[in-house]
Amino acid sequence: MKRLGFWTSVFIVVLLFGAAATWLRFFHGLGASTNLSDRFPWGIWIGFDVLCGVMLAAGGFTLMATVHIFHVKQYEPIARPALLTAFLGYLLVIAALMFDLGKPYNIWHPVVMWQPRSVMFEVGWCVMLYTTVLALEFSPIVFERLRMQRPLRIIRMISAPLVILGVILSTLHQSSLGSLFLIVPGKLHPLWYTGLLPVLFFLSAVATGLAMTIFESTMSARHFGRALEKPIILGLGRLLMVVLIVYAVVRFQDMFHRRALAEAFQSSYESSMFWFEVGLTTIVPITLLLFRATRENPLRLYVVSILVVFGFVVNRLNISVTGMERASGVHYFPAWSEIAVTMSIVGMGVFLFTMAIRYLPIFHHEQAA
Amino acid sequence: MKNAAILYDATLCIGCLECERGCAAANNLPYDDTIAREKTTSEHKYTYVAVLGGEKYMRRLCMHCNDPACASVCPVGALHKTALGPVVYDASKCMGCRYCMVACPFNIPKYEWSKAIPAVRKCIGCYERQAAGKPTACAEACPTGATICGERSALLAEARKRLSENPAAYVDHIYGEKELGGTSNLFLSSVDFGKAGLPTHYGNQPLPPLTGNVLAHVPDVATIGMAVLGGVYWITHRREEVAAAEGAEKDQKKG
Repeated sequence: MKRLGFWTSVFIVVLLFGAAATWLRFFHGLGASTNLSDRFPWGIWIGFDVLCGVMLAAGGFTLMATVHIFHVKQYEPIARPALLTAFLGYLLVIAALMFDLGKPYNIWHPVVMWQPRSVMFEVGWCVMLYTTVLALEFSPIVFERLRMQRPLRIIRMISAPLVILGVILSTLHQSSLGSLFLIVPGKLHPLWYTGLLPVLFFLSAVATGLAMTIFESTMSARHFGRALEKPIILGLGRLLMVVLIVYAVVRFQDMFHRRALAEAFQSSYESSMFWFEVGLTTIVPITLLLFRATRENPLRLYVVSILVVFGFVVNRLNISVTGMERASGVHYFPAWSEIAVTMSIVGMGVFLFTMAIRYLPIFHHEQAA
Repeated sequence: MKNAAILYDATLCIGCLECERGCAAANNLPYDDTIAREKTTSEHKYTYVAVLGGEKYMRRLCMHCNDPACASVCPVGALHKTALGPVVYDASKCMGCRYCMVACPFNIPKYEWSKAIPAVRKCIGCYERQAAGKPTACAEACPTGATICGERSALLAEARKRLSENPAAYVDHIYGEKELGGTSNLFLSSVDFGKAGLPTHYGNQPLPPLTGNVLAHVPDVATIGMAVLGGVYWITHRREEVAAAEGAEKDQKKG
């Protein structure tokens, strides 16, 4: 209880700063609350809250596809926690967008003002539709808790098309976040600009989704004193290794074809950040996972999953911030209020996740017939 | 179709800043000595004259691209290329995602960072004046004819004529003729355009197809994906049903 008290007080302090930053943002504008400028119009609210938020939510569609489409029943016990992460993730991404958009009350405009040539238009539609799908996929958990049989039966009838729709929307949406940056060939550093951005965003999302699932399962098992489903964690670890290797092959092959590898060996701020990212996302975790001693030890897999999640967060910040700095001519570092909002959003995510696990049948539930 | 454009000949420019003043007046923007010294476009300055040294100048303003990146990325169509030529902006549609600012190769769209309810601000090529057949405010204000308005093809012919009649006075290039698929505005200069601060590393292909070609695959990915995943779902679940039925049969035979 003491530990919980500590984290609760940290959470409250973060929320207080977040509230002050929120006041600054909505009453004094983006200039007063961010370090953004005409030269650097996108900061961590896009780079972390949106780009990473969506990536961290990718466990949802990855596991829903594994369990309900490819029918690998072994993973069923962790499909719900992954779904919960996805649902909360998307709700928080929308919350973050309300901070970042200059006129958040116009967020619904893409519904009526069709602009199919715009990647942002597609991203907007996918977020909207996928959040709806996630709400429907998540609803049986609430219905079970409330013992509402009728809506439960109705939602189970449409569960197959829902899962398929969710996987398609996620695939499109995860990759589209990469496509956003295809329009800036002259601004994004060649270490990151490639026509394969949508493919790399999709692969990194799948890897991060798997790593997040390992991370969360381990954390919640500890927190609630449950035994860890060891075969599941080991299975996820093997999947993670395969996806990381595929990602590494695509990433380096693409750099080779674009003749961008030389850039990585020049001494520059960008190349340091590149090796930091690539070390965390490919070189270190793949090397560790090649050893049976890592693959068969849940605790070591837990450490690897933290590396991978952190590494892909660095990757997306490199694309949205580091790689854009040189062309902009300015150095961007977030204002305290940007950090406070981001931390509040992460804090809300952890809080809601803990509450949902406590009060809803997430980890323990009757198996669906 | 008419393509109302501007031809700016930097060799005729004397750096008097009358275009800046005329632009500010026409767009209800403030203008004083402090603003005159600001060498960048901003929420309160749609055009500026860069001083290159040695009595050389280069105007900067929205180029009004033939296939503008800003308009192609806008999720709500707040920015659009008019049939007349100028790229215009509708603040009531804008939701403030600032993707236009990220996408513009010339860094032209600027934002009202200090306002609680902000909008994008940029040169709109004096759309209403041009629609009424009048020149842009900057062209009207220009005392030397360095900035002139007209139909793009006529201005292009004029630019070619100046280059051939007086090749020693110019860099042999019409900036905006082909850059990024061509822009409504055309520039002539005696200084290398890269040195004058204009981007020269983009080539002649417009940017919007970079995202457009990927977006074109979306409907295919969606429909093929659904068919494949639907098929996989049907097969894996059928396998299970068959296994269950066989299990039941065996149980019956035993029993």
